[in-house]
Amino acid sequence: MKQLVCISKTPETTTQIKLSGDSSQLDVAGINYILNPYDEWYALVRAIELKEQIGGTVTVVNVGDASNDVVIRKALAIGADDAIRIDQTPDSALSVAKAIAATVSSDGYDIVYCGKESIDYNGSQVGSMLSELLDVPFVPQAVNMTVEGSTATIQRDIEGGTETISVNTPFLISAAKGLAEQRIPNMRGIMMSKKKPLNVVSQDISDSSTTVTKYTLPAGKGSIKMIDADNMDELVRLLQEEAKVL
Amino acid sequence: MVLVFVEHNNGTFKKAALEAVTYAKMTADTLGTDCKALVFGTAEEASELGKYGVSSVLSLSSDHLAHYDSQAYAAAVANVAKASGASVVVLNNNSTGVGITGRIAVKLDAGCASGVNSLPVKTDNGITVEKNIFSGKAISTINLTSPVSVISVTGNTIQPEVVGSPCSVESISADVPAPRTQVISQDKQQGTVAPLPEAELVVSAGRGMKGPENWGIIEALADALGATTACSRPVADTGWRPHHEHVGQTGVAIRPNLYIAAGISGAIQHLAGVNSSKCIVVINKDPEAPFFKAADYGICADLFDVVPKLTEAIKKAKA
Ligand SMILES: Cc1cc2nc3c(=O)[nH]c(=O)nc-3n(C[C@H](O)[C@H](O)[C@H](O)COP(=O)(O)OP(=O)(O)OC[C@H]3O[C@@H](n4cnc5c(N)ncnc54)[C@H](O)[C@@H]3O)c2cc1C
Ligand SMILES: Nc1ncnc2c1ncn2[C@@H]1O[C@H](COP(=O)(O)O)[C@@H](O)[C@H]1O
Repeated sequence: MKQLVCISKTPETTTQIKLSGDSSQLDVAGINYILNPYDEWYALVRAIELKEQIGGTVTVVNVGDASNDVVIRKALAIGADDAIRIDQTPDSALSVAKAIAATVSSDGYDIVYCGKESIDYNGSQVGSMLSELLDVPFVPQAVNMTVEGSTATIQRDIEGGTETISVNTPFLISAAKGLAEQRIPNMRGIMMSKKKPLNVVSQDISDSSTTVTKYTLPAGKGSIKMIDADNMDELVRLLQEEAKVL
Repeated sequence: MVLVFVEHNNGTFKKAALEAVTYAKMTADTLGTDCKALVFGTAEEASELGKYGVSSVLSLSSDHLAHYDSQAYAAAVANVAKASGASVVVLNNNSTGVGITGRIAVKLDAGCASGVNSLPVKTDNGITVEKNIFSGKAISTINLTSPVSVISVTGNTIQPEVVGSPCSVESISADVPAPRTQVISQDKQQGTVAPLPEAELVVSAGRGMKGPENWGIIEALADALGATTACSRPVADTGWRPHHEHVGQTGVAIRPNLYIAAGISGAIQHLAGVNSSKCIVVINKDPEAPFFKAADYGICADLFDVVPKLTEAIKKAKA
């Protein structure tokens, strides 16, 4: 089984978001970056499990500059065999998907994984776009997958439950919580990751159909109203008359 | 023309679907054009969509659309959008939308904004929309400048609004490729409350509950309100509650009208999934709990005392 996992770099989950002077830019100074949790915990680990079970290879691919090599090495330490970094500044989901498609479309991957979403721009778009560009079926929000021969049985989240889907390779899935259990890289993995191939390729694809014109911070909550534990009638009244949510 | 893709359940429309229709109608008004709905198969209530402002409903039937398949669905929507000359395609950002939004955009060579939570504003060279990023810690304004745009709308962004009367339903045909995935089964929770992503009222609890055996008071409160239950991540991870109830950065992101949190500290990763709620009520015995900073109403007391009292007060108000 030849597997590809698309990995992205996101700010660490406790990061406070700040804007630079004119509000049109994010202030990225001092942000600590991690591998996107959906890519690391679920997509990558499920791919490695499958490789351990039935053999084959796991390649990771990232679109970004050399500063991403740290998170790419982490993916190698967790157990990916090799990595491709497409040296291009991602300017939208479409340019990321196009760059990946242009690089891997003729490589014959059986299963391509994305995360359910990147926790920075929360787009959930790259997987859907990439599946179209690669002309393969796409199963979003997968929470469980078993593979027999070239057929996968996948459970995915839908509103109020799950749906079970059967699909033949090649296909693309996006990984949600439950697909696998997080793995912490061990010392041997970390040592080996340094020797594993990280191939840098270049693409020059840009997308002008969307641009972010402004960033704003959400309006903070007004001051909180504290209510006495013995006065729940008052809370219900406020929810009805002031907040108007009941 | 604005084309809205509307899902139906055996002929009837959920509130989220009607929200998308109202969103599309308002978008059409902003752009000075009309709005049509696309439904797959025949929906008994299809003509009712006229009430929400569409000028007509296009009904597309094909064996290839019997089950959800992102390739078949996306091709169908894109082909209808092309044939009808749509300049904006609107759909829900739900488990269907998430698989096809990007595919449709690629097919139409369209600019794409997903998870949008504001109505579009017209600009010199296109439209702008807003969406939450960094799990609600910031908002980005996105300018869509291509001739065709695809927008997926987050639930509870606007309320469905009746503005017209029933309209005509037109059967159309379009090229739809054969699906390459098969839906074997669907497993939906029983019951009448809305699933978490669509719920307007949510009662949630965390580790302060001490153990799964104590959840009766949370369920009683949710019952009294007609609310959906949710929980913090450690609660789902330790198996006290099912995984699908886990809200937050790595769980379900929700934006209900009311979010009641009992015995949840309010860690930043939890807030990331709930901070877009319209109104937040926090019950916690620790006055320093960070959740109080993100709440509209707070009760600093023992939840085992407060929650049953709140349930009683709600029953009384509803009686
Ligand atoms: C990468 C990452 C992702 C994460 N994603 C998520 C996520 O998606 N969702 C999520 O929820 N968490 C997430 N977390 C975990 C998060 O950081 C917190 O650990 C978690 O939310 C805490 O859960 P809790 O509030 O239920 O428990 P605790 O932090 O233990 O808080 C329990 C609260 O209950 C109160 N309490 C106790 N007894 C009572 C009582 N009798 N009456 C009233 N109050 C009482 C206490 O004062 C305390 O505030 C994530 C963490 C990481 C590192
Ligand atoms: N720069 C990138 N390089 C490689 N994969 C990416 C990149 N950005 C996003 N992805 C993949 O696409 C998924 C969804 O991202 P998004 O569409 O940004 O929410 C992520 O979980 C990754 O698997």
